[in-house]
Amino acid sequence: MPHDHDHDHDGSELDEMTARVMALETLLTEKGIVDPAALDVIIETYETKIGPHNGATVVARAWSDPEFHDWLARDATAAIAAMGFTGRQGEHMQAVFNSPECHNMVVCTLCSCYPWSVLGLPPVWYKSMPYRARAVREPRAVLAEFGVTLPDTTKVRVWDSTAEMRYLVVPMRPSGTEGWSAEALAELVSRNSMIGTGLARAPGAAQ
Amino acid sequence: MNGPQDIGGRHGFGPVAPALNASAYHPGANWEPRAMAITVAAGAGGHWTIDESRFMRENRDPAEYYRLSYFQLWLTALAELLTAKGLVTEAELAAGHAGTAPTTPPGTCLSASAVPGVLARGGPVDRDPGAARPGFAPGDLVRTRNHQPAGHTRLPGYARDKVGRIESVQGFHAFADASAEGDRQAADWLYTVVFEAETLFGAAEATGDSVSVDAWEPYLVRA
Repeated sequence: MPHDHDHDHDGSELDEMTARVMALETLLTEKGIVDPAALDVIIETYETKIGPHNGATVVARAWSDPEFHDWLARDATAAIAAMGFTGRQGEHMQAVFNSPECHNMVVCTLCSCYPWSVLGLPPVWYKSMPYRARAVREPRAVLAEFGVTLPDTTKVRVWDSTAEMRYLVVPMRPSGTEGWSAEALAELVSRNSMIGTGLARAPGAAQ
Repeated sequence: MNGPQDIGGRHGFGPVAPALNASAYHPGANWEPRAMAITVAAGAGGHWTIDESRFMRENRDPAEYYRLSYFQLWLTALAELLTAKGLVTEAELAAGHAGTAPTTPPGTCLSASAVPGVLARGGPVDRDPGAARPGFAPGDLVRTRNHQPAGHTRLPGYARDKVGRIESVQGFHAFADASAEGDRQAADWLYTVVFEAETLFGAAEATGDSVSVDAWEPYLVRA
């Protein structure tokens, strides 16, 4: 072997962070702390298997199945687990239901706690300082930046995820969807609507 | 700690820009998924609690905390955890390769086939309360303590020494302040406590708006 390392030599290909991550992965692999094949599976899991489509099926079922709705309200961890969504950053779940009287919105001011099991990895804005700082003090101003304006008769309730409870917002079911299947309803449930920074899409609205 | 992470209600951070920041990773930062996965995989070794990792991220010069991007902060704290636990040495981190100095045994390495099961199990934090009973009930008025430890805590600054109402008893959960020091036994009752927005921030955008935090019993006294 001409040399004992495989990072780039001419310095033109890898930015500093890429090189740093590769070096850490190499070291931790040599030390037996991580397995690169496991890293591939973790990345792929959160790109394809665990994401907001999971939460959307939970919401759509709650809209279309009154018994499930009640179970979700009573014991969200169990009800969501029954749909196959469990585990990391979703160990202790509570579903919070929007109504004309109350709009729920979720934040983690201290870090970035987020219900991974139903929504996947949080978006950059959720982890950002502006959202974390402002969601508790001026949720309506933040909502306006998401294009959401609520009537003054709707109270806003912000849930700061300061412990290991994770919150799933169940948005209001759009009108004009009577008789829709759960599969069709799930298409209306955006990620942001399940954080509380959006509303469910109206039938026929662009995604 | 009164650290850079405790920013709820702080001014000056600018707009949220949701459309520009809609993905889990920054556009073009192709190292970020790998950084996420390395952190998750290394954490699965069980050498630290989730609260130890949170404290390692926040316990730094505020200027550095705000300068680093999200996954830069994860990576920086991960390297610090690995050295603090003796799993790797500073020299190894600098070299990017294993050296010959003795280090803490890594224990079980997360394999590809074990990933789905490990992610599906997660790390529940509810503990057996034994004969203990919650000191508060839904509807009780409580005041948060003026709790300002130098170590890790999950009572945000904006919610200290404020009167709120117990909405629910969430269970008997591992206590973050102790867990951040590696204590895997300490647990206490966890409550969702609701505050009127005016109580916390002096003025609300609309009357009736409210904010809740999840607070362990040691954060609370009866109001």
